[in-house]
Amino acid sequence: MLYDSSPVAIAIFASFVLGVVGLSFWLGRKGQSAKGYYAAHGEIHWFVNGIAFAGDYLSAASFLGICGMIAFYGYDGFLYSIGFLAGWIVALFVIAEPIKALGKFTFADALDARFNSRGIKFAVAISTLIVSVFYLIPQMVGAGHLIVPLLGLPHAVGVILVGVAVTLIVVTAGMVSTTWVQFIKGSLLVFFCSVLTIMILNRGLMLNAGRQGEENLHPQVQTVTPDGQVLVNGKPQTTENDLRSVGTIHKLPDRYGDARETGPLRPLQYLSTLEDSQVVTWSAKKQTDEKGVHTTFTPTIREGKDLLKPGGYFKGLSSGTLTDRLNFASLMLALFCGTASLPHILIRYYTVKDASAARKSTVVGIAAIGGFYVLTLYLGLGAMTSGYLDPTSSNMAAPLLAKSFSETLFAVISAIAFTTVLGTVSGLIMAGSGAVAHDLVENCFGFTMNDHEKVRAGKISAVVLGVAAMALGILFKNFNVSFLVGWAFHIAASANLPALVMLLFWPRTTKQGITAAVTVGMVSSLGWILLSADTFEKVYGLPRGDSPIPFSQPGLVTIPLGFLVLILVSLLTPRQEPRQVVDV
Amino acid sequence: MGSNHQLKDQGSIRSRVIGMRLFLIYVLLYIGFMGIVLFRPDVLSWRPLGGVNLAIVYGMGLIASAFVLALIYMIACRGRSPDA
Repeated sequence: MLYDSSPVAIAIFASFVLGVVGLSFWLGRKGQSAKGYYAAHGEIHWFVNGIAFAGDYLSAASFLGICGMIAFYGYDGFLYSIGFLAGWIVALFVIAEPIKALGKFTFADALDARFNSRGIKFAVAISTLIVSVFYLIPQMVGAGHLIVPLLGLPHAVGVILVGVAVTLIVVTAGMVSTTWVQFIKGSLLVFFCSVLTIMILNRGLMLNAGRQGEENLHPQVQTVTPDGQVLVNGKPQTTENDLRSVGTIHKLPDRYGDARETGPLRPLQYLSTLEDSQVVTWSAKKQTDEKGVHTTFTPTIREGKDLLKPGGYFKGLSSGTLTDRLNFASLMLALFCGTASLPHILIRYYTVKDASAARKSTVVGIAAIGGFYVLTLYLGLGAMTSGYLDPTSSNMAAPLLAKSFSETLFAVISAIAFTTVLGTVSGLIMAGSGAVAHDLVENCFGFTMNDHEKVRAGKISAVVLGVAAMALGILFKNFNVSFLVGWAFHIAASANLPALVMLLFWPRTTKQGITAAVTVGMVSSLGWILLSADTFEKVYGLPRGDSPIPFSQPGLVTIPLGFLVLILVSLLTPRQEPRQVVDV
Repeated sequence: MGSNHQLKDQGSIRSRVIGMRLFLIYVLLYIGFMGIVLFRPDVLSWRPLGGVNLAIVYGMGLIASAFVLALIYMIACRGRSPDA
């Protein structure tokens, strides 16, 4: 669909970006130590850190991706919300306090605290970089895709804008500015999504929202010709001849009689009313011939009770095939185990004073993130029935839901969508720069640096990673990257979690065991993903049947494999007396 | 100094034990949900609360229980751990 650029959205976005960059310069005006750059001196208040966790964790995948998936497929998007939040239980009960006690600046510091092993540092640094890059690419590509319809600027401009802003945020004051940007983003996101949810409940459900008469239920066809021209229903795409916005209630429950709207609804009432309603959803099917790529959007009238149970997106849950069930179980295991293994999340634990503050900040994080994930169900269902869905882009569901209320709210939510990217990417760049400058250059390759040089190395790494992020964002523009975040969870859970858990709970763990577990977990999960049927189909464009892998999501196999390798290698190598851990 | 360190260690062990018990409770809840989704999806259509189906009630319940367990943990550790 074509969008008018919104001057209000541009103004709000520009003021936010200038505001956070200005704040970063202000925070970075004093000289910095390595502890300041990498860990914000360990002086961040636990409440601020807790909200910053939300700002770090709630990426574009959470905000735009889950809302869009619920809007298009129903309940299955909410399964991601459940899985993403469940991972924080592992973080709180298993990881938070020990990682604070063991580590200094990076995740490798914690895993290596007992051993001083170059092998561990190298393997963990590489795993940190791989996980961070897989997480980074969809954020950058998403930033570009958002800026095209919202601000009317080219894709590359969006990527470069985000890349430059994030690099400035990180190099000015490192973890201090990153923390405050994440705190502001987390607060704004939760606050405005709460406002939007209240507005959804207050509006209730209505027949054929956003249009005068019945929703036009004729299929729509979009064609992209070989020379790049876009046709809608056979004619050139213009503002007058564009795809219709979709997504409406077709029939309200019988108890509403002839009424066209329900009026305000309470939270549970909203869900039960939707269950008893009928909804028009739209699906897309692509065909390619000599005239171009044709995408046909077809409406289906569906019962609300079917949309509000699993099986809309994860088709295997309703078909019941073993492979599909294994895929689903594997994904949910990776989401559960992956959160507490994400390097950009773990480094936030070094920014607070002690283990108690780490614990309290995780509780605040769970409250903010859990609250947000409850809202995603209402945001997604609100978008599904708003009459404003763009059939070509599920990622636009949340901003367009806001547009169904007012242009100003649309501008605000669009600007917040960008801040979502800024907050997460700055955390990823921080984690990556720590892995390069602190783990690889200083600790692994043995370059001796004074405090000032350590900060400079961190900043140079951040600039290099920022430039690389921009290049990747532009390079992967036309690539289906939405599943890369899922890959990051699988790799993090397979490579990092076994080593971390066994280090904490099994005294017989050796440095060789950790190095082997991280390496095997990383290589096996990455290899599994690259050979999976999903990758064959979506990335290589090959038939799914050519894949030698039985199911696409690796976690169910590669996470236990990581534990097994660690136990076997540790038992086969000499027991090591742990070195005294210096209080950090 | 030495007794203070000992106290801290004891507090840390106690908080870890409490954490592990709460973790186990949540894991059982999570496995229960996954089990129903995978093997008894028909049960999810049952409407136990205000006309809302079990899929939503259980899902929301998992999110809420994470917060409740986290609060219990924080309160329990505050009473026991000297660093709190």
